[in-house]
Amino acid sequence: MPSKFLDEARDPLIIAEGWMKDGKDVAIATVVETWGSAPRPVGSHLVIDAEGTFHGSVSGGCVEGAVISEALDVIGSGQPKMLEFGVADETAWQVGLSCGGKIRVYVERLG
Amino acid sequence: MDPYVLKTLNAERRARRAAILVTDIGDGRDRVVREGDAVAGDLGQAIARAFRSGMSGLVEAEGRSFFLNVHLPQPRLVVIGAVHISQALAPMAKIAGFPLEIIDPRTAFTSDERFPDVVHKAEWPEDALKHCPLDRYAALAAITHDPKIDDWPLKAALDAECFYVGALGSRKTHGRRVERLLAMGVTPEQIDRINAPIGLDIGAANPAEIAVAILAQVISAFRARGLGAKAKSEAA
Repeated sequence: MPSKFLDEARDPLIIAEGWMKDGKDVAIATVVETWGSAPRPVGSHLVIDAEGTFHGSVSGGCVEGAVISEALDVIGSGQPKMLEFGVADETAWQVGLSCGGKIRVYVERLG
Repeated sequence: MDPYVLKTLNAERRARRAAILVTDIGDGRDRVVREGDAVAGDLGQAIARAFRSGMSGLVEAEGRSFFLNVHLPQPRLVVIGAVHISQALAPMAKIAGFPLEIIDPRTAFTSDERFPDVVHKAEWPEDALKHCPLDRYAALAAITHDPKIDDWPLKAALDAECFYVGALGSRKTHGRRVERLLAMGVTPEQIDRINAPIGLDIGAANPAEIAVAILAQVISAFRARGLGAKAKSEAA
């Protein structure tokens, strides 16, 4: 039964469960740590399916592209990954957070 | 993430129950901990703190690194009484992040003109709460001054273990209310949970100031949920 207390159409974890029921391969990315000014709080989710369809956010759109491509690797390998984005890592990563913050994102496969 | 864990977590969230998803960052194993579940050691203490603060984050325990993702139901504030205090309380509660709804069967009070941007129901609480029952993440403030309207939802809030129950009225008014509630089957322990006179004692002298006192008391109760007096003083 849909809950009147959750915005089910936009809730990443509800969407991930729906994808799973449809037999899709799914990865879940979660902000686990932030420093400085980060656009999304710790605990925020981005969910991704094997076609690259996604819902939710881990930043203001700055790093989602990179997280999605890593998520496709994670779906393939099944091995979780810890990603780090921010000013300090601009040489290691092609993308960064324009706001000057730093975030760590944990990406794991569902199942 | 374990598919069964995701299903369990979403079921808890749909049912408006607090839960924490605990993920071992080292090996990726995860589980759902419900509020009140016993978890031993340092991890258990970190989980208890996270339930209280609502803050997600990484914790080190037993030589391992865990991520605690806290899922608390959105707390809601149910106000019985479309009175002057409620008009001040409505915008304040919105700013503080508590969705608020007003219930008062008196249609002259519960009008669109008086409450343009707030959920308001010109119904008896018995009817209005049927479709949206009270629970542990609801706060109830009964402020009509009318026993016919206030008494039933006060008992309902105590039975539902709302995290906050407050009732407007002087000590004398409250004394008479206690007698009526006891006659309705409310226990003395439940009576002790009622905040009356309502609101933190800040010397509030008008409806807007009483609204501030009520909101502050609601926030205080929410942050101390499920804890005894000792834990409350530690948190303060």
